[in-house]
Amino acid sequence: MHEWALAEATVETVRREAAGRRVVSVQLAFGELQQVDRDIFAAAVAECAAGTGIDASVFRVEEEPARFACRVCDRPWSLADVPGLTEDEREAVHLLPEAAHAYLRCPGCGSTDFDVVAGRGVTVTAIELETEAPR
Amino acid sequence: MIDPRDAGIALRLAGVRRVLAVSSGKGGVGKSTCAVVGSLILARRGLAVGLLDLDFQGASCHTLLGCRPGIPVEDRGLLPLEPAPGLRFATIASFIGERPAAMRGSALAEALREMLAVTRWGALDVLVVDMPPGIHDSTLELTRVAPATRHLVVATASRVALAVAARLLRYLGEADAPVVGLAENMRRTAAEAGSAVPALAAREGISFLGSLPFDGTLEAATGDPGRLVLTPFAVSLEQVFVRALGSDLDPSP
Repeated sequence: MHEWALAEATVETVRREAAGRRVVSVQLAFGELQQVDRDIFAAAVAECAAGTGIDASVFRVEEEPARFACRVCDRPWSLADVPGLTEDEREAVHLLPEAAHAYLRCPGCGSTDFDVVAGRGVTVTAIELETEAPR
Repeated sequence: MIDPRDAGIALRLAGVRRVLAVSSGKGGVGKSTCAVVGSLILARRGLAVGLLDLDFQGASCHTLLGCRPGIPVEDRGLLPLEPAPGLRFATIASFIGERPAAMRGSALAEALREMLAVTRWGALDVLVVDMPPGIHDSTLELTRVAPATRHLVVATASRVALAVAARLLRYLGEADAPVVGLAENMRRTAAEAGSAVPALAAREGISFLGSLPFDGTLEAATGDPGRLVLTPFAVSLEQVFVRALGSDLDPSP
């Protein structure tokens, strides 16, 4: 479960940003390409947040569809446009999304020279902090 | 939008005493061989050593080590491989094997951040990083996410390699990236020693770490860590790494 490392990094990011203020909500985006397991991630966040003063229930996750753009023929494409990966390939892309450049091809021209435009991995999109100091 | 991996990288590198990047201006000067054999030598000296192959488009550390990297074991992150006793190793080859991966600059920087954020090195005396040649996206990104990284720059006495090494040294200086010194590789004759490479080090105000002989036995030893460390090249390289690491070789406090 390498999700644990990403969850730990996420909690640490929120802790740094909060700098002691109460965290009201945290919005996360999970890119479709990396296929992060939400349950494992949530369990890891709960474990990592323990003792930090951050309530694990404030984390909200939104899935972000993966979008690609071919550098050769300019075609925009998505994962639905290309053949599915084998289990081993999926695992490799899950652990390192850039492995997609070895396994995915533009459905228009077959090139592996493409950009991942959206939906790559885990990002923190918003953190809401309590502005007034607690009395 | 915040990338949580920046905080993750700091956590993952917290147990690493020293990050030593083996860098070069030109490709083909023997940088990967220096990184791999240097790591093996340090591990044999009893240090806890990690080796990270950041030359994503020319990954070759696993070839030098003679291993076929599989998918790493997952345990709260990814555990490094152990291709030789005492050496922890991570490479993009674990994920793509020998397939070509058409990665542009942004993808290279993403891959670097991901690997540094999830690889659990544990406590290390030294993490040796095999860099891609030149002033590459990976060079820029490593300088940003791990600014304490020290660079060991490798060059040959060829005027072509020297000119490019000089540019790399100038960049590292401007970026405030610490340079531990310059080593000369592939020295063919004793007369070449004390020639152009030490002169470049003197001009740039950095240490000259020593000359490594051109070693015709290295090719036959490639893929066999036990033989690599017994080559004449390895004997000279040990002195280069001893000078490069200085007090970092002392036992952990």
